[in-house]
Amino acid sequence: MLNKKNIDKEAVQTSVSEETVFKVKRLKKVYEMGEVKVHALRGVDLELYSGEIIVLLGPSGSGKSTLLNILGGLDTATEGYVEYRGKDITKATEKELTDYRRYHVGFVFQFYNLIPSLTALENVSVVTEIAKNPMKPEDALSIVGLGERLGHFPSQLSGGEQQRIAIARAIAKNPEVLLCDEPTGALDSSTGIVVLEALERVNRELGTATIIITHNVDIAGMANRVIHLSNGLISEITKNPVRKPPRELHW
Amino acid sequence: MKALDHKLRRDLWKMKGQAFAIILVILSGVSTLVMFLSTMNSLTLTRDIFYRDYRFGDVFISLKRAPESIKHRISEIPGVDTVETRVVADVKLDIKGFPEPVTARLVSVPDDGKPLLNRPYIRKGRMVDPWKDDEVVVSEAFADAHRFSSGDSFTAIINGRFKKLVIVGTALSPEYVIQVRPGAISPDFKRYAILWMGRNAIGTAYDMKGAFNDLVLTLSPHANLNDILAKIDNILDEYGGLGSYGRKDQISNRFLSEEFRQLQRFAEIFPAIFIGVAAFLLNVVINRTVSTQREQIAALKAFGYSTLDIGIHYVKLIIMIVLIGLGGGIGVGIWFGKGLGEIYMEFYRFPYLIYDLRPSVVGIASLVTIGSALLGTVHSVWNAAKVPPAKAMWPEPPARFKETIVEKIGLGRFLSQPTRIILRNIERRPVKAFLSVLGIALACAIMMTSGFFKDAVDFMVDIQFRLSQKEDMSVTFTEPTSRKAVYELKGLRGVEHAEVFRSVPVRLKYGHRSYRTSINGIEQGNRLHFLLDMRLKPVAPPQSGIVLTDYLGTILGVKEGDMLTVEILEGSRPVRQVPVTGLIKQYIGLMGYMDINALNRLMREGNAVSGVYLIADSLYQREIYRKLVEMPRVAGTIVRKDEIRNFYETQAEALLFFTFVATVLTGIIAFGVVYNSARISLSERSRELASLRVLGYTRAEISYIFLGELGLLTLAAIPLGFIIGCGICRYIAIALTSDLFRVPVVLEPNTYSLAAAVVIVSASLSGLIVRHRLDHLDLVAVLKTKE
Ligand SMILES: Nc1ncnc2c1ncn2[C@@H]1O[C@H](COP(=O)(O)OP(=O)(O)O)[C@@H](O)[C@H]1O
Ligand SMILES: [Mg+2]
Repeated sequence: MLNKKNIDKEAVQTSVSEETVFKVKRLKKVYEMGEVKVHALRGVDLELYSGEIIVLLGPSGSGKSTLLNILGGLDTATEGYVEYRGKDITKATEKELTDYRRYHVGFVFQFYNLIPSLTALENVSVVTEIAKNPMKPEDALSIVGLGERLGHFPSQLSGGEQQRIAIARAIAKNPEVLLCDEPTGALDSSTGIVVLEALERVNRELGTATIIITHNVDIAGMANRVIHLSNGLISEITKNPVRKPPRELHW
Repeated sequence: MKALDHKLRRDLWKMKGQAFAIILVILSGVSTLVMFLSTMNSLTLTRDIFYRDYRFGDVFISLKRAPESIKHRISEIPGVDTVETRVVADVKLDIKGFPEPVTARLVSVPDDGKPLLNRPYIRKGRMVDPWKDDEVVVSEAFADAHRFSSGDSFTAIINGRFKKLVIVGTALSPEYVIQVRPGAISPDFKRYAILWMGRNAIGTAYDMKGAFNDLVLTLSPHANLNDILAKIDNILDEYGGLGSYGRKDQISNRFLSEEFRQLQRFAEIFPAIFIGVAAFLLNVVINRTVSTQREQIAALKAFGYSTLDIGIHYVKLIIMIVLIGLGGGIGVGIWFGKGLGEIYMEFYRFPYLIYDLRPSVVGIASLVTIGSALLGTVHSVWNAAKVPPAKAMWPEPPARFKETIVEKIGLGRFLSQPTRIILRNIERRPVKAFLSVLGIALACAIMMTSGFFKDAVDFMVDIQFRLSQKEDMSVTFTEPTSRKAVYELKGLRGVEHAEVFRSVPVRLKYGHRSYRTSINGIEQGNRLHFLLDMRLKPVAPPQSGIVLTDYLGTILGVKEGDMLTVEILEGSRPVRQVPVTGLIKQYIGLMGYMDINALNRLMREGNAVSGVYLIADSLYQREIYRKLVEMPRVAGTIVRKDEIRNFYETQAEALLFFTFVATVLTGIIAFGVVYNSARISLSERSRELASLRVLGYTRAEISYIFLGELGLLTLAAIPLGFIIGCGICRYIAIALTSDLFRVPVVLEPNTYSLAAAVVIVSASLSGLIVRHRLDHLDLVAVLKTKE
């Protein structure tokens, strides 16, 4: 285990390049709920390298989703800045943010957020239709092992299958980063592992930098680095010398 | 964005019930708009073409008698184009198998058989041979009513002589598109006819050889009508001219113009209501849709769809609903428009009806519906689309509830828990509740307007004939006659009572305003003909001076005490000053009334009368009719009872059509509003209701909570609907006011109850449909899904 002070850039695993995808500095986020102010992030510094898998760990309410949302351009920061490939996205216009999300980021949500009135294939097409250099939706679905269920509606699929469609949807545009907010939160462990395997495979085959939020410590084993968040601050960052394949995880 | 279009299609399918209800409302709005406007345009176009092709005159005048040579003086007036002289006479007809009095207007056909102006359109048979004295062409409506065809004959009393006339053809004329006897309230095809006959024969009969008593002319473009009217009157005054007038005042054309005005008003009122309600319903439904799709919106935005993309997506949904309604509405509107056109063709006799759906009407309909649909929804769509995606992922805060006013003032303890839920729900969204109430109220109001026409007509007829004109028949003489003539009539078997009247054509002038009408002189102490004051109380004829129909007072700008200039258009045509001594109420026509002796004095004539009002024993009716036909002095007889019956008969079909349309439309609005609010509360509250079921509430109790709210809104809507309905009826009445008639604002209890009933029935129907869904609520599924 490494202390926060001892983060060593040289120490990243060989499969991870030196290229910085995100550089986060003094990031703060305050939600104003009427009278009360909620300090969701209190000054986060972070770097993310391409090809890396990061697991964000932390108790509920520690600010994980907030951080991920800001990274993904879904939400805006209150203070500090977030650089994506050298460009400060905290100063981006609405249009630039939309383009950023459209062309660079893939998102996976805890509750899948599929469009219930669209089939698996169409749910993926929704994204590929507006992307620049997407895969064929069918291919994205085969990567997550759902090549056979193209015509099914979300309500006809299990939770794990729905989440894998969500992953297919997220990767289909060939994004540079994949942001997953508790992708296994609503799933039992064996289904969760299938989903994590899909994520790991995408990372391995496409080199997509991936952040996975979880409050499940066991999942941390599949990461290059594990970032612990607590009360809006990074409490520690640990590094795994070797990534465990998801099928070896248990919880 | 093909995938999103699939979503659109499926979303639409999923909300098909609600979408259907909205589509129906839009369809109603568009179809009424198209119906009224296309009917108006069709009739206008048909009229214009008919007028043009059959050379309808621009100026008309009747006179006593002028030599044919005068025609040249009229032709020489600058701006006058074609002039045609005619001989026109009113005659009695004697028709076998039809004992009731029938009058006809006999119009001359020039010697070459080709009228220059107001040319009849020969529908069947042929034009008369102008040199034969027993051939006539009859108006088609009259022929149809009596099932006459070419070769049939009847008798006419022409200047006192019985003459058998043979029908050689039927015709329509731009001059008599609506065939109303002067002074009548509606066309009477059985008892009034237009006959065309050779000028030679009529001229001989009426001593009009080389002379004429009627003139029609057309103007060249840019001619000054008023100048020309004045010049014509100047020339014809000494020949007993009754005052020239333009097309605007030609009676058949007047009726048509009034009809167009009415259609125009209807095209403004009814579609506006529907389209407003549709916009509200769309607003509610779209609001609900975007709020249930918050998370989908968030996901789409997270994947790079812009706010605009999302906005367009929902706007497409709205446009799709609107377009279906619009398309259907235009189709149904054309269908209704043709139906309404057919009904109008019963009254207004055109040779053909050219259906005219102008692109502009479709344009207006599209613009108005799409515009208001977007106006009603863009706000909520935009609000939903612009939420930052991270925020949208957060559930909406739970609805805030408060104690209701009823509870605050301490009545809470009388309320059961379910009732409390109902009240709190209504109070939570007061605007939405109010708009729902308003929507249902508008439905109620529309229904009332259909009842209104019947009530107003009933009331007018009742006042006019029960309170004001109590005679069984009124007999007019061919010319002013000595009062002694009355004895001849009183002596007829079966005549129980007779009262004389004098009717004088006049032009009334006050300041620069003038109006052509007649003054009726009636006897003091008469029992048959009453004047009604502004509160509809019978009043005696004025001892001195003149009383005017109140609306005539308004037109002339006179009030009690003012001095009116009366130009008499008969006899020696004196011009006199007469004080206005009062205004009276009268719904049909405009007139002045005087004491008969005062009128005789004004005319400087003896005790002349124009006609007689009679009360007769119905047992002797036929005999009396027979005698009246035979009396040369009698120009015509009007039987009140027949007039009223005919009025209702001619109106019946149109009224039925309007009632039918209004009922359907009311049902649609009420159903649409109630169904939509029900479906939406069902979707908003299925969890709550399912939970209550799990807690042991019965289906009936759940239904009460759920439908109770709708019931309450519906009941609240009815009184509001009554108020709005009265308002709309008042507006219609004001909008339709003209010198032809004033529509009183009366609504019978029946109209109120029918409107309420239609609303309640359609609301209950939609309640039942939704209740069916409620009964089949899958408790487990509802509770399992996350809201
Ligand atoms: N949209 C928001 N509005 C208000 N408060 C928020 C919002 N999003 C997050 N928060 C608050 O910020 C804190 C961090 O939330 P979040 O980032 O969702 O935590 P985690 O994902 O680690 O559970 C919490 O206290 C949460 O209540
Ligand atoms: Mg979270």
